[in-house]
Amino acid sequence: MRSITKTFPGVKALNAVSITVMEGEIHALVGENGAGKSTLMKVLSGVYPAGSYEGEIHYDGKLAEFSGISQSEAQGIIIIHQELALVPLLSIAENLFIGNECASYGVVNWHETFQRTEALLRKVGLSESPGTLVDRIGVGKQQLVEIAKALSKDVRLLILDEPTSALSEKDSQKLLDLLLELKAQGVTSIIISHKLNEVRSIADRVTVIRDGATISTLEAKGEEITEDRIIRDMVGRDMAQRFPERASHPGKVLMEVRNWNAWHPEHTERQVIRDACLTVREGEVVGIAGLMGSGRTELAMSIFGRSYGRRISGEVLIDGAPVDVSTVDRAIASGLAYVTEDRKKLGLVLDETIQRNITLANLPKVSSYGVISEAQEIRVAEGYRAAINIRTPGVFQRVVNLSGGNQQKVVLSKWLFADPKVLILDEPTRGIDVGAKYEIYGIINKLVADGKGVLMISSELPELLGMCDRIYVMNEGALVGELTAAEASQERIMSFIVRS
Amino acid sequence: MATDTAETTTDGQDRSVSHYLSNHLRDYGMVLALIAIMAFFQFTTDGTLLRPVNITNLFLQNSYIIIMALGMLLVIVAGHIDLSVGSVVGFVGALAAVMMVQWGWSIYLTVPACLLVGILIGAAQGYWIAYWKIPSFIVTLAGMLVFRGASLWLLEGQSVGPFPREFQALSTGFIPDLLPFIKDLFGVERMNGFAVVTGIVIAGLIIWMGLRSRARNRAYGMVAEPMVFFVVRNLLVAGAIVFVSYKLATFRGLPNVLITMGILTIVYAFLTESTTLGRRIYALGGNEKAAKLSGIRTERLTFLTFVNMGMLAALAGLIFAARLNTATPKAGVSFELDVIAAVFIGGASMSGGVGKIIGAVVGAFIMGVMNNGMSIMGIGIDYQQVIKGLVLLAAVIFDVYNKNKQS
Repeated sequence: MRSITKTFPGVKALNAVSITVMEGEIHALVGENGAGKSTLMKVLSGVYPAGSYEGEIHYDGKLAEFSGISQSEAQGIIIIHQELALVPLLSIAENLFIGNECASYGVVNWHETFQRTEALLRKVGLSESPGTLVDRIGVGKQQLVEIAKALSKDVRLLILDEPTSALSEKDSQKLLDLLLELKAQGVTSIIISHKLNEVRSIADRVTVIRDGATISTLEAKGEEITEDRIIRDMVGRDMAQRFPERASHPGKVLMEVRNWNAWHPEHTERQVIRDACLTVREGEVVGIAGLMGSGRTELAMSIFGRSYGRRISGEVLIDGAPVDVSTVDRAIASGLAYVTEDRKKLGLVLDETIQRNITLANLPKVSSYGVISEAQEIRVAEGYRAAINIRTPGVFQRVVNLSGGNQQKVVLSKWLFADPKVLILDEPTRGIDVGAKYEIYGIINKLVADGKGVLMISSELPELLGMCDRIYVMNEGALVGELTAAEASQERIMSFIVRS
Repeated sequence: MATDTAETTTDGQDRSVSHYLSNHLRDYGMVLALIAIMAFFQFTTDGTLLRPVNITNLFLQNSYIIIMALGMLLVIVAGHIDLSVGSVVGFVGALAAVMMVQWGWSIYLTVPACLLVGILIGAAQGYWIAYWKIPSFIVTLAGMLVFRGASLWLLEGQSVGPFPREFQALSTGFIPDLLPFIKDLFGVERMNGFAVVTGIVIAGLIIWMGLRSRARNRAYGMVAEPMVFFVVRNLLVAGAIVFVSYKLATFRGLPNVLITMGILTIVYAFLTESTTLGRRIYALGGNEKAAKLSGIRTERLTFLTFVNMGMLAALAGLIFAARLNTATPKAGVSFELDVIAAVFIGGASMSGGVGKIIGAVVGAFIMGVMNNGMSIMGIGIDYQQVIKGLVLLAAVIFDVYNKNKQS
């Protein structure tokens, strides 16, 4: 792939990225969240069709212009996404041949389907009956089904996007062994991974991508691949003045979480949060770093009114006293607020006006005996519009028409109006432009200056480093490290993650 | 920062008028449609439609649909549907008949008991929908079958009646002329002075409240309705109310059921527009997850909308039985469809979160006037159904088209 550039409205996701993958090798692609790895692979596999990006793809020495996934698949390029694309209530056999059924004149030949399924399952080392429903088998086995599905399409280049992120150690090892086996059979693989030990153990070469550009390609043979080298390449970027100044004066402990545990709501055997303990002080911004899927959002949501997970146990203390956070309204009453990472799905009622969204979490404050005073409500909304600079002609605009930055400010206003002691901010600046980001950092600083506590979850390490007094590092559901602002660096955070 | 200027700005009078119109096209369109339909039938029925007796009939015929539409609007705004209301109408009517005719209960015992039964029915269905997350379509489809069967069983397949006069008055009674001197004042022979005065007072109230809210909107910088629209709309509404009340006055006065319906409409309009409860129902329907994460007890709220629906369906059942003066096993068949159609014609959205009480009422009147007008014209029931179906489809297509155009 030569100098691939891909632009989304407002964002340059890939900037002249080049990468060469040899036939028969396992090539690892590493980089931070949002560096552009998945975008690059979507370009390669035709998810983004030819013409929607600049640059050239050469496959087998020929210029390839895929207009869609079916064309790249015909050439043997198969991508397995991080979110598995299996239909949970169909059997393994049905999933393997979905869209590609063994059928004549639209009538499925079940005999042949099952036979071929069995052969494929043997190849990937999965001992399940072809008739088993996919949602009855674990994520590790589902991953193998995906690979079997790729094999059924005569795969030559297999792209795996974080295949082991949801797998246990044992399942991961099994998967990696299978990749080596496929390599011996001549299948080329590109694997996107955050786990550097895995990368080191199987990859022939490693390409590091950062901010939409290729940083380096390292050879395994020359012992070039060391974790430190990779981490340095992954994070090495300058930190200009992107964060407003703040004098930090943390006070007494405001919120304390003790031994917090939670299990996955559907896969009940999976523990998502393990014995998490953390504190937030008055006037302190505390960060939680971690990769996607490490359990940060799950931790926050399970604390905030048990909005996620099952079998939740643990204690939350506010101002030193245990509080009841078992439902959202109780959590709010105890002084918590949670700004969700997905503002459109979970944060806003999009069809409603700014004014109505802002007051939603604290309607009693603008009403008496259950009757809303619209005058008071408008005053409140106008107050926030002016105070935190929501750029809109009036508070009667529906929030669906606002830009991401302004929507985020509406969500923040909603929770400021609920008057919490501790705000949990989950990816507060995701998907908004630099200017709005700076403003939101300013709002956070003002909050802690008023003595509130902020717990900030972010996938952008520079943001955490620029904003936080203290950073917890989370990996696989556990808080694996804690760093003060002085100690913290991207390298140290990354090494906590990749070495835990 | 430059990317943040994409928000719509209303600069210049022209733009704000057209902007206002495009945002409120639905509201005006519906009222205009009602007027057009009435004008059409007034013409094709040679003036029968707006005769005093027929206007009275229109209210009597549609009262129970409108009363149920109030509850159904809340259910649909909350993102659900209730298919059981027709059967509940039949069941409660049957129950009332058994209580009064066979057991000899007084109406003062029967009515509260029946309303309570309605509440329990709503609670029973709402429980599964709200707390067990069973789709409302399924639960109320089951309820539809169950209560249809239950009313057959209660009545043993027979019609039961007639009812005491007091009970019939629930539907077919009229408010007596409390101000008899007015007709003497004007020297008219047959005119219910109370009805006329009530009409004038209500029309005045509507104009006064419109002016007040207009002033308030202006004070807070809301996009105000252009003056022309405001004047025309209010004159039309006030004129219509005075006209209808005068017509009613020259027949037998204000029907009891019109008063019940009117008060309920005002109560529910207030509930949806001005209370925290109403606001939360819209939030629940607009985005259940966001509502839940804002501390709204979404399950309880869903439960309550069904309890309310059950109560209103029971009330409608009593009124319907009172009107027929007999309870039959077939009572209320397919009422749910009329009610649901009224709510959707009134502009509610299938996906929840959108819809107004006044819209549902106008929607019910559109259906009611069409039923009535087509019957007077002698159009067969076959064509009537086809036409009603097409009107419903057209209203929803208009909604979707409008929404696509806006975004």
